[in-house]
Amino acid sequence: MTSSILEVRGLTKSFGALRASDGIDLEVREGETHAVIGPNGAGKTTLIGQLAGEIRSDRGEVRFAGEDITALPAPARSRKGLARSFQITSIYPDFSTLENVMLAVQAHAGHSFRFWRAAREQTALRAPARAILEELGLGGRAGVQASNLAHGEQRRLEIAMALAVRPRLMLLDEPVAGMGAEETRRMIAFLSTLKGGKTIILVEHDMDAVFSLADRVSVLVYGRIIATGTPQEIRANPEVRRAYLGEEGPA
Amino acid sequence: MSPRNRAIVLGLGLLLLAAVPPFASLFNQPFYLDLVRRIMIFAIAAASLNLILGYGGMVSFGHAAYLGIGGYAVGVLAHYGVYDGLLQWALAIGTSALVALVIGAVSIRTSGVYFIMITLAFTQMLYYLGISIEEFGGDDGMRLAAKSRLPGIDLNDASAFYYLVLAALVLVLFFGHRLVNSRFGMVIRAAKSNETRTRAIGVSPYLYRLAAFVIAGAVCGLAGALLVNHTAYLTPEFMNWTRSGELMFMVILGGMGSVAGPVLGAFALLVLEDLLSGWTQHWQIILGPLLVLSVVFFRRGLAGLIREKND
Repeated sequence: MTSSILEVRGLTKSFGALRASDGIDLEVREGETHAVIGPNGAGKTTLIGQLAGEIRSDRGEVRFAGEDITALPAPARSRKGLARSFQITSIYPDFSTLENVMLAVQAHAGHSFRFWRAAREQTALRAPARAILEELGLGGRAGVQASNLAHGEQRRLEIAMALAVRPRLMLLDEPVAGMGAEETRRMIAFLSTLKGGKTIILVEHDMDAVFSLADRVSVLVYGRIIATGTPQEIRANPEVRRAYLGEEGPA
Repeated sequence: MSPRNRAIVLGLGLLLLAAVPPFASLFNQPFYLDLVRRIMIFAIAAASLNLILGYGGMVSFGHAAYLGIGGYAVGVLAHYGVYDGLLQWALAIGTSALVALVIGAVSIRTSGVYFIMITLAFTQMLYYLGISIEEFGGDDGMRLAAKSRLPGIDLNDASAFYYLVLAALVLVLFFGHRLVNSRFGMVIRAAKSNETRTRAIGVSPYLYRLAAFVIAGAVCGLAGALLVNHTAYLTPEFMNWTRSGELMFMVILGGMGSVAGPVLGAFALLVLEDLLSGWTQHWQIILGPLLVLSVVFFRRGLAGLIREKND
């Protein structure tokens, strides 16, 4: 059995009367792709926010690589190796595509109290950023202002920025949201090349993506994990079928 | 604009500014030397505000505080018989930086309208402090006992002082240009563009913003030291909130997040003010709508008109 990289115990978050996360327990193993699925409003994005450190949990504990990171804010978690992508594209629209990724590289290349040399001419930032853009098929778009990228390209830039910080664990919040069929297929193909090398938590509505990428799947309903298992186990689980698959059906 | 064309435009602008003193004396119009020198001092102040407002997205409505602190540092030392310019100016810059550190440490924890109000409130406190100190003339202010004494340069020589201001402006713009393109500059621009993403990639913007705030305060303190030597008179009006507003207008009118923008903005605003006030006493009635129109129609300011991209 492989060791776990992330352990979540009793994670809870309420917004007023709404319990978005209601005592979530989750264990993610090193190297696995762990999908989190659930109907709309199940609390998936809240969970990602809590794991990334953007949302403060009311209760519960998050351990990452054996260390308690419950109290750490988002930037500190990122520096520990936790990267995220956003469901609603969150890039630097007024920077070039390359600069977007360079900023992510820079964020993990020591402090930025460097006032003199032009950042965009620094090979130490450019070269890794360019390599990641190439991996995602955005090499030809490096100089384009990010706001002028097509939707699918911006989604790929999201992933590029998460990869640029060389994470130990990637939190991907609906990476294929709003993508066409062909783009979805390419994104799934790309993500499958990361499998094994990177540990990934994948929140996704697209069942093709989930069942072709995930090693294990956890099902989140009303802020609770009702089942965790292999894709086959989850497909066969009657409770899951009733709570989720029966309601929306695999896409 | 290509880098080559930009170099030409910059060179021409510099040449034009450098030509003002000889032409002013040739046509016996010292007024113009005086006007352009004043504009350049405000351009330095506006450039410092541009660092935090234009590049950092920090809408400081109290930037005139540092004009006042710089002015008082020079004026108060002179009042007590200390005329050494290097000492005066070092105090102007150092005190401004220190005050900016305190104001910034508190206000940068807030954002949006709270940030605007807190920076305004701090500057109003300093303004009323200036008014309340009778020793330095209260709200009437006081004459500057003597201009700063600098090695090798006599500020009583109008054109020598002019060239000193021009040199200071060029240096401020050059260092500003380096700064906003450095790693530091990229971080404060990124934090303005998308704070959530910036935190997600592992950068906590607070200390970077605070550092930018301190640098901007220090540079504006220098502008204050220049300004009090220019006016030869020190008053709390240096810190009036309308002054802070004027500085913001210079930045917005000239083009936020463009190195040359504040210079264009300072020229446009102060020349317009000069022309209109010579024409009618109620010049603000005309200036106001003109400013509104310019903001509506030139989204990227005057610098945007000549298509200088954000570097």
